[in-house]
Amino acid sequence: MNLLALNPATLVKALPGNVAQGLIWGIMAMGVYMTFRLLSFSDLTVDGSFATGGAVAVMAILAGVPAPLALLYSFLTGMLTGLVTGLLHTAFGIPDILSGILTQIALYSVNLRIMGNMANKPVSVDKFFLVVSSRNISNAILFGVIMIAALIAALYWFFGTEFGCSIRSTGSNPAMSRAQGINTNITKVFTLALSNGFVAMSGGLLSQYQGFSDINMGRGSIVIGLAAIIIGEVLGEAIFGKKLNFAGHLVFVVIGSIIYYIVIGVVLWLKMPSNDLKLFTALIVAVFLAIPNLRAKISNSYARAAKNGTVTIEKSREV
Amino acid sequence: MLEITDIFKTFNKGTINEKPALRGVSLKLETGDFCTIIGGNGAGKSTMLNAIAGVWPVDAGAITIDGKNITGYPEYRRAKFLGRVFQDPMTGTAANMSIEDNLALAARRGEKRGLRWGITKDERERYHEELKILELGLETRMTTKVGLLSGGQRQALTLLMASLKQPKLLLLDEHTAALDPKTAAKVLGLTEKIVNEQKLTALMVTHNMKDAIRMGNRLIMMNEGKIIYDVRGKEKDNLQVSDLLEKFGQASGGEFANDRMILSS
Repeated sequence: MNLLALNPATLVKALPGNVAQGLIWGIMAMGVYMTFRLLSFSDLTVDGSFATGGAVAVMAILAGVPAPLALLYSFLTGMLTGLVTGLLHTAFGIPDILSGILTQIALYSVNLRIMGNMANKPVSVDKFFLVVSSRNISNAILFGVIMIAALIAALYWFFGTEFGCSIRSTGSNPAMSRAQGINTNITKVFTLALSNGFVAMSGGLLSQYQGFSDINMGRGSIVIGLAAIIIGEVLGEAIFGKKLNFAGHLVFVVIGSIIYYIVIGVVLWLKMPSNDLKLFTALIVAVFLAIPNLRAKISNSYARAAKNGTVTIEKSREV
Repeated sequence: MLEITDIFKTFNKGTINEKPALRGVSLKLETGDFCTIIGGNGAGKSTMLNAIAGVWPVDAGAITIDGKNITGYPEYRRAKFLGRVFQDPMTGTAANMSIEDNLALAARRGEKRGLRWGITKDERERYHEELKILELGLETRMTTKVGLLSGGQRQALTLLMASLKQPKLLLLDEHTAALDPKTAAKVLGLTEKIVNEQKLTALMVTHNMKDAIRMGNRLIMMNEGKIIYDVRGKEKDNLQVSDLLEKFGQASGGEFANDRMILSS
């Protein structure tokens, strides 16, 4: 690779676009945070519900629905997808990961139907009013920041309420929650619905931003969501230690998402083949998930104990 | 108060692991009764408590509290009437949440949880005072995550949580078995204090025969899914550990108490 042939100006120019994408995906990552961190539920529905949100938003706008209202439609449809996963898990006793996978696979067909059996649907910013568009990135960033601030405020309030606390306790200790009179099936189903509402709304935003919805736009999105959460956590803890409150965690989830897209921007700038992006993403997530465990292992390993043991024995012989 | 009528429960029915755990248990508790339960491993002590708590539905029989038939209530609906402390200190609290959040969850046991704040300023002040009762200094660590507390501290906190909103019935399932002797004694002391002060009706499973005799006004012994001995009042006060061992020997057809019971007597 000829590094000299790379133009730093191109990287800088691409930066605002990366930030805008990071903000949009940040909403998705907040949704994943609810299930993955608060509920301890690995929900794979999102790969399908993200595309559902995109499809619903585009089809609604094409049918003449105002773009902000179309986002609400995405949100509500997303909640329905989460409801399905939740019922598969609670009412039918299917394990969490499998429930999500089943809904996700089913949604592939559903999404095609929503888009009139097309693999993608364009929506032109020239013909329709869209809330965000890659044609006007600074507006998209402004809108993204305002929307995320409002969503974080809403979630901070919600998870501080009695019902929100019962969701957090369900994730932490379901047996204890039931002993306190919490119907853990309801808290699980509701959180899955809310989470997928966020994910679908993010999909609705992305389809407007890129000017089309695509049947594959959600593929691997769970990994991007996890990458954002983990990058955000590592960074947040490095800066604020353990003092970060719930709203702070959400802010760092969004920051993690932005950083992820900046890194992707750098990778593309380095002219790495874009086909390798998913491999790269998976590697990032695997590395960040592994770091805390490896760090613990280094300070807590048998090899280290053996070394210390040898030293102790030698010392006792000298005496 | 509590009335259990002829309840049956068999686990893994129709499989090679089939285990009849409760075989026709009947028990009637009066309000204010503090009843201790002893018996060998697998006698059905914890199973009976779980049947009352509704961890799973019973196969047959009825459970009523204050005349209300709760046999068909799932676990979360019975929580309204019951305070529970478990054998494993990890079971009774939410490790990822703070001490005050755990107390706030318990203060709303059995109530509708809506969109009001999960914890209010007044509550924090109240919990600060309540935690002082435990004499563990937890009142100065109210925002500490419960996962950072020791087993004894968590068990004391669970006990406080179980009684924060006065339960009709307190279920204690070997709640000191996982603690060291000193901590166990402290938690038992707290148990007596809370039960006496609030005049609670309580069922306490224990492996320690001395505690079973010393505490409460009634004692039952279980064996193979049945209540085989039920004693109260004066007769219980005069009971000796040797009497219990003898009773156990008679009831179980000459088979003597298991090692664990002898050791802990």
